[in-house]
Amino acid sequence: MSEAQDDQFVVFDSVQKSYDGRNLVVKNLNLDIAKGEFLTMLGPSGSGKTTCLMMLAGFETATHGEIKLGGQAINNIPPYKRGIGMVFQNYALFPHMTVGENLAFPLEVRKIGKADREQKVKRALSMVQMDDFMHRRPAQLSGGQQQRIALARALVFEPELVLMDEPLGALDKQLREHMQYEIKHLHEQLGITVVYVTHDQSEALTMSDRVAVFDDGIIQQLATPEELYERPTNSFVAQFIGENNRLMGTVSTIDGDQAVVKLDNGAETSALAVNCGAAGERTLLSIRPERVQLAHEAKQNVTQAKVLELIYLGDHIRCRMDVHGDTNFIAKIPNAPESHRVAVGETIDVGWPADDCRALDVRSA
Amino acid sequence: MQNESTPEIPLAADGRPLEQSLQRALRAQKIRAFLLVVPLLVFVLITFLAPIADMLYRAVDNRIVSETLPRTVEALSDWEESENEPPEEDVFIALYYDLFFAAENKIHTRLGSRLNYQETGMSSLFRRTGRRVDRFDTDELTDAFIDFDPRWEDPTHWITLSEHPEFANQLPETAGVWDDWTQLLIAEEDELSEEEPEDLIYFALYRDLNNIGQPVALMDNWSETVSAAQSFEPVSLREQFADADEDWLLPSVWGTIKRFSPTITDGYLLNAVDMQKTADGIEAQPESRQIYGLLFGRTLFMSLVITISSILLAYPISYFLTSLPMRKANLLLILVLLPFWTSLLVRTSAWKVLLQQQGVINDLLVWVGLVDDANRLVMMNNQTGTIIAMTHILLPFMILPMYSVMRTIPPSYVRAAKSLGATNWTAFWRVYFPQSVPGIGAGSILVFIMAIGYYITPAIVGGTEGIFISNRIAYHISSSLNWGLASALGGILLLAVVILYWLYDKFVGIDNLKLG
Ligand SMILES: Nc1ncnc2c1ncn2[C@@H]1O[C@H](COP(=O)(O)OP(=O)(O)OP(=O)(O)O)[C@@H](O)[C@H]1O
Ligand SMILES: [Mg+2]
Repeated sequence: MSEAQDDQFVVFDSVQKSYDGRNLVVKNLNLDIAKGEFLTMLGPSGSGKTTCLMMLAGFETATHGEIKLGGQAINNIPPYKRGIGMVFQNYALFPHMTVGENLAFPLEVRKIGKADREQKVKRALSMVQMDDFMHRRPAQLSGGQQQRIALARALVFEPELVLMDEPLGALDKQLREHMQYEIKHLHEQLGITVVYVTHDQSEALTMSDRVAVFDDGIIQQLATPEELYERPTNSFVAQFIGENNRLMGTVSTIDGDQAVVKLDNGAETSALAVNCGAAGERTLLSIRPERVQLAHEAKQNVTQAKVLELIYLGDHIRCRMDVHGDTNFIAKIPNAPESHRVAVGETIDVGWPADDCRALDVRSA
Repeated sequence: MQNESTPEIPLAADGRPLEQSLQRALRAQKIRAFLLVVPLLVFVLITFLAPIADMLYRAVDNRIVSETLPRTVEALSDWEESENEPPEEDVFIALYYDLFFAAENKIHTRLGSRLNYQETGMSSLFRRTGRRVDRFDTDELTDAFIDFDPRWEDPTHWITLSEHPEFANQLPETAGVWDDWTQLLIAEEDELSEEEPEDLIYFALYRDLNNIGQPVALMDNWSETVSAAQSFEPVSLREQFADADEDWLLPSVWGTIKRFSPTITDGYLLNAVDMQKTADGIEAQPESRQIYGLLFGRTLFMSLVITISSILLAYPISYFLTSLPMRKANLLLILVLLPFWTSLLVRTSAWKVLLQQQGVINDLLVWVGLVDDANRLVMMNNQTGTIIAMTHILLPFMILPMYSVMRTIPPSYVRAAKSLGATNWTAFWRVYFPQSVPGIGAGSILVFIMAIGYYITPAIVGGTEGIFISNRIAYHISSSLNWGLASALGGILLLAVVILYWLYDKFVGIDNLKLG
């Protein structure tokens, strides 16, 4: 396989999908996934993530477009020949088989010899630290244990590509974090390619090489977690990933990537023109709470703000205030000796660097 | 400390062992729950279990012989059939008394039919003899008594005799017969003092007076009476009976009575499995009368065929239904249930229209040319007809549990199997099918148990070749009135079902059964 194909291990080429012939659930999906990559599909419920995964796995056919795996179009290859491991949202462990039989199943259908089979099953079980559970039934396992078995089953036949559809959705927070770590660890250890679906943004950010943010059947942004958080390219991503303050305004002037935006209360502020259209158009300014500068730190775009509420969170203090008429404007004050102390009712200066204030599109919704 | 010996038992706040106080707390709850169930329990017990228990009891109940012929049964205890001789006179005398009262109560024919189940001819024997028994020649003794002393004609004379404290001691046989006689009159609401005593009372008195040891004067003129009676001409009841019907001299007749005299009998059950009780012990029935084994075998075999063909038809239908959206599936399920909207009789008769030789299917086949007009297919009044019609009628009972089980199998299992490399067939056979087995099991048990006891459909389309054991049971209940045999057959059927249930539990597991 050539280098170029390694970057394009999985290719979605203008793929569309409609279930009912009226609405497109997936609209013109273009996505390249590199070999060994951990790619996450992140998006709200109903955004078409599972549908994409199912098309890749072969359980749904694309209405239009082509899906390639290792350079080969797979539209007409039945699921069982695709050799893709899959972890289902509800694990789908066969209830009438023991854990060992579940793991042996993919090996049996591949006609792998008994001795070899047993050895591989043992190896897969120890990989997920479930060696002692060989003879249990799935119903006798806890949720986390079932999840691990599902993972081991998807990996035991050594597929190059593993799909996981919200595999941790049913687990409690602590276990979920632990399993995130283990999945990530296995990914690195085995060098497999993982396509992972979740609607939990922190899960997506901590685990992935790249994240594809889905909404309404479209990839809104495809980028590394850092890029996604620091430089969202549209207002959906900015809102979906992390917290942000939103100010509405109209573009006054644009000069390269710098824009001056006239806010709805008449004030003007400079911003980074990311996705805001031409002068005269409406725009939404997105500022991360931790980038808001207070009092004497405020250098650029300084304005007066009234402190409305303070919430003590240990490592930082959330400060809700009225900025340019937006009463839900949040600033995060680090709980550090040099931080500025504020009191409720006080009026202080706030400001933000133009580069941290991103002028984005306005979504009609 | 009171809990020193068992320190590991956890204690509740009041110092009792935790387990104990938990049980106390749960007891009230349990009692309340039980009280809610009581009405249902009582209802089930009365309307369901009691009739079944009664039916099962009828299969072995044989009180009729010893209740109708108490004296005979007792007298027969010394007689052995193997000696190949009719019994002694005293047995005939006992039969005379018993049969007289049975005939008066008009129950001798019932006994006759009962014994006729075991040996043919018994019914007419009892009927004929019953008619004759009050005209036996024992009236010669009556006349002799009255000739000797006309007071014997007067019922009050007898009443006086019976009131003597030594009556029962001195004249035991007379006392026994007299007792039954008075009871008979009471039952018929006749006045004892107005009814002339029957011959058999005189006969009993004659017997007692001839057997008397140390006579005690029971009435005036007693010793003369005793010696007179001893000079009367005896009457042989054996001859009387033989006169009424020669069969009374056959040891086999007496053998049958003796064999079936206990209050509990295995005779019906033996008959139900083509066996009989003979003088030489338990034996198979003669070939020509062995029908129940064949019928049981046929019933089981055909029920099995019906169950299997229902599975084969219902499985694809249910599978198809589960692949449909809920709304459509529900609509189609109504169609599945459509046959229930018409009466069973109508549906079965519809099959008659379809299956007969001049019926729709044959017409169609002839018209298409697949079948020659001269050799129209015989699909009715044989097993084929029964199997076709019953499969159709019982199909919904297979589809419903199957469908309800299949509905609950998430599609992700088959998908998972395919993603793991299984072909469509492997995924179905290894993953989907095992999970649908509880539905098949539930459906099969329902259909099989219903089929095994079905009788309307086989009766209509089965002819003689296609009838089931239930048709025979129905015949014995309503036509031959042999309820004992019907109960025995029913009991064996019940046993077969229970055994099947047990086998199912052993091999498939009853908790694998999902009825909805
Ligand atoms: N089998 C189907 N038939 C018709 N519509 C479907 C089907 N499966 C999904 N859809 C529709 O397609 C859209 C996308 O569904 P999809 O399951 O891909 O969402 P998702 O992103 O996985 O959501 P979630 O996070 O809730 O799992 C939804 O609006 C859904 O109603
Ligand atoms: Mg989904």
